[in-house]
Amino acid sequence: MPEHEDGTYRLLTGWGRTAPTAARVVTPDEIEGIDALLDRAGRRGLVARGLGRSYGDAAQNAGGTVVDATTLASIRDFDLARGVIRVDAGVSLDALMRLLVPFGFFVVSPGTRFVTVGGAIAADIHGKGHHVDGSFANHVESFTLHAPKGTFVVGPEHDPDLFWGTAGGMGLTGVISEATLRLLPIQTSMLLVDNERVSDLDDLMQRMVEGDDRYHYSAAWVDCLASGASLGRGVLTRGDHAPVDALPDRARLDPLHFAPRALLAAPPWAPNGLLNRFSIRAFNELWYRKARLHQTGHLETIGTFFHPLDGVRGWNRLYGSRGFLQYQYVVPDEATETVRATFERLAREQCASFLAVLKRFGPGNPGPLSFPTSGWTLALDLPASVRGLAPVLDDLDRLVVEAGGRVYLAKDSRLPPELLPRMYPDLDGFRELRARVDPSGVLQSDLARRLEI
Amino acid sequence: MQDALGGVQTVLVLGGGSEIALATLRRFVGNRTRTIVLAGREPEKLAPAAEELLALGATRVETVAFDAEATDTHVGLIDDVIERVGDLDLVLVAFGVLGDEAEAERDAAAASEIARVNYLGAVSVSVPLANRLREQGHGIIVVLSSVAGERARRSNFVYGSSKAGLDALFQGMGDSLVGSGVRVLIVRPGFVHTKMTAGLDPAPLATTPEAVADAIVRGVERGSEVIWVPPALRVVMSVLRHAPRAVFRKLPL
Repeated sequence: MPEHEDGTYRLLTGWGRTAPTAARVVTPDEIEGIDALLDRAGRRGLVARGLGRSYGDAAQNAGGTVVDATTLASIRDFDLARGVIRVDAGVSLDALMRLLVPFGFFVVSPGTRFVTVGGAIAADIHGKGHHVDGSFANHVESFTLHAPKGTFVVGPEHDPDLFWGTAGGMGLTGVISEATLRLLPIQTSMLLVDNERVSDLDDLMQRMVEGDDRYHYSAAWVDCLASGASLGRGVLTRGDHAPVDALPDRARLDPLHFAPRALLAAPPWAPNGLLNRFSIRAFNELWYRKARLHQTGHLETIGTFFHPLDGVRGWNRLYGSRGFLQYQYVVPDEATETVRATFERLAREQCASFLAVLKRFGPGNPGPLSFPTSGWTLALDLPASVRGLAPVLDDLDRLVVEAGGRVYLAKDSRLPPELLPRMYPDLDGFRELRARVDPSGVLQSDLARRLEI
Repeated sequence: MQDALGGVQTVLVLGGGSEIALATLRRFVGNRTRTIVLAGREPEKLAPAAEELLALGATRVETVAFDAEATDTHVGLIDDVIERVGDLDLVLVAFGVLGDEAEAERDAAAASEIARVNYLGAVSVSVPLANRLREQGHGIIVVLSSVAGERARRSNFVYGSSKAGLDALFQGMGDSLVGSGVRVLIVRPGFVHTKMTAGLDPAPLATTPEAVADAIVRGVERGSEVIWVPPALRVVMSVLRHAPRAVFRKLPL
C-alpha cells in the first residue's frame, strides 16, 4: 500500500457493492481540518463521503483521498419558533429525525434515514413527497462549502450558482461542512395511508395522474415480472401526516413518539443469485396478493411508511458478492410509453427487479445536476449477476434520452459518459462552476472520472 | 474507470498482435471501451487492428513499440502510456512465443529466448504495472497463461515451464494486490487455433480466440481470479496435475 501521512488505505464501494477501488480515508475531527485536506490532496484529489448510500461510485476516489464526514455531526442551532435548524453536514437523517420528530418537525426523507445532510444536498435527494415538497435542496436556507478557492456560505439568494450547482453536484464543487434547513411541521409521527392494489399499468398511471394531488406522499410498487394483461400491476401507496385526532386515544398521549429500531440484520454473507427471478417472482406474487384491493385511512409509523428497508441492517448484502445496482430515471409526463416499454423489456428479458418503484415528480429546481424534473420516475434494483444486464440497461438509456429524460447519478454505476450531456443539458454550466471554485481539479471521484464530468 | 457490470473504458494490450487480444478488444469496444493502446514488437503491423477497433466504435487507438526482451525499457513504456491516456482500467498481458520445442531442446539460445520473452519479460513489465495500478487505486490485469504451465509435459516443457513461471508470478502478485483495488485474472486456455499454433496438431478440447475472449469478458464481469477455457479443462488439468509421474510421462500428451 502507498505510504500516507494520515488516514487508512481502504477499499470502498457504494451501497450496491460493485466496482471497489482503494483510497486513503481520512476522518477530520474538526471542520477546520477540511481546508488542510483540500490543500494537501495531491494529484488524485479528494471527495467527501457520508454514510455510503449512493449506489455506485459517487463517494469513491481511486488512489486519492476520501473524507469521511460522518464524524462532523454536531447540532449547532435549533430555532423552534421559526422551524429552522443548523447542523454539521455529517449529521444523519436518522439522528435528525430522532431529534426533530418529538418537537413536531420533519425533513424531506428518502427511502432510508441513513444518509447524511451533506450527502442529501450533494445528491439533492427526494422522497415520496416530491410533487409537494420538491427535493432536499428546496428546504436548505444556506450551507457552508469548502472548496480549493475558499470557503463559501451560499443560499438560493446568495451566490445561487454555487448553491444550485452544489445541490446534486455529487460533491464535485467542494466539501459541505454545515447546513441550515427549513423544517416541515407535523402534528404526529404517524401517517394516514391509503393502499390500492392495481391490476395493470394504465390503471396505475391514471390513478396517479388523477389522485396524487390529494396526497402529500405517493409512490407505487410495481411487479416488473408480470407481463401481458397484468403488465405493470402493483400497489399504490399514498398518505399524509396524520393529524392528532386521527390517532387512537392511547397514541394521542404521545402523538410524536418516534423510536425506530432495526429488527433484523442481514447475514454477513449471501450467495450470488439468492435474489433471482424465481425468488423475486415469489416475493412479488406474495406482496401483490397481500395488498388489499382498497384500504383507506390506516395508520403507519414514519419508519414503516418511509424506511421499510432500514428495518433490515445491511440488506445490500443479500445480493451476494457481485452486488447489485439501482437504475432510476425520470421521463417527462407525456412519456408514458417509455415507462411501459421499460416494463415490457424487463418482463421479456426476465430481468427481475426486487424493488420497482414508480412515482410522479413535481417540477425540478435550477440545479444543473439535480435529478428530479417533472414526470415519471422509475427506480429498479437489479442484481449485477443477471446475465446480459448491461445491454438491456444500455437500451433503456436510449429510450430515456429519446424521451428527454435522465438517470439519477446518486444511483448510477454504469452510464456511458457520452449520454451525460444529453441527460443534463447544463453540464457545461456545471463545469464552468467547478472551474471557478476548483480550477486545478482537486475535487475528483470515480463517478466524475467515469462520466468525464 | 471500471463500471458495475464489467465495463472498462481504457485498455492497454501488451502483445497487441495477439488474436485472442483482438477478439477480446472487439467485445470490450462493444461495451464501454473507447481508448486502447496496442503495444507490440512491430507496432506498424498493428495498424489494421487499430483501424478495425476504431471502426467498431473505439475513439482512440494508439500503437506503441514493446519488446518483452528489452527489459530496461519497460518502466519507461508503462509511464509513457499512462502519461498519454491516463488511468489504465484493464491491462491485457498477451505477449508470448511458442517457439519450436525440438529446437529449444537442442539449442540453448532458442530455449532461453522462450524463457526471456514469456517469463523474464513478464517479470520485468509486471513491476511497473503493479506499481502504477496500485497508485491509481484500481485496475484489472488479465494474463494469458496456459494449461501447459500447470504441469510441464515432455512434449513442450520449455514453453510449459515459462508459462508455469508466468502463472505463478501473477498468482502471487494477485494475492499481494488484494486490498489495493487492483485485481488479477489468470486465463488458462488449452490449445487455441491461432497463427501461433498453425500447423500443429490440435489437442483435445481445442478452442478458438473468440471462445477465450468470451470467457475473459465473463471473468472480468464476475471478478474471477483464474479461468480455464474451455471450463472442462479445469477438471482435466486437476486430474493430470495429480497423476503419478510414472503414469503422466507415459500419456500421449
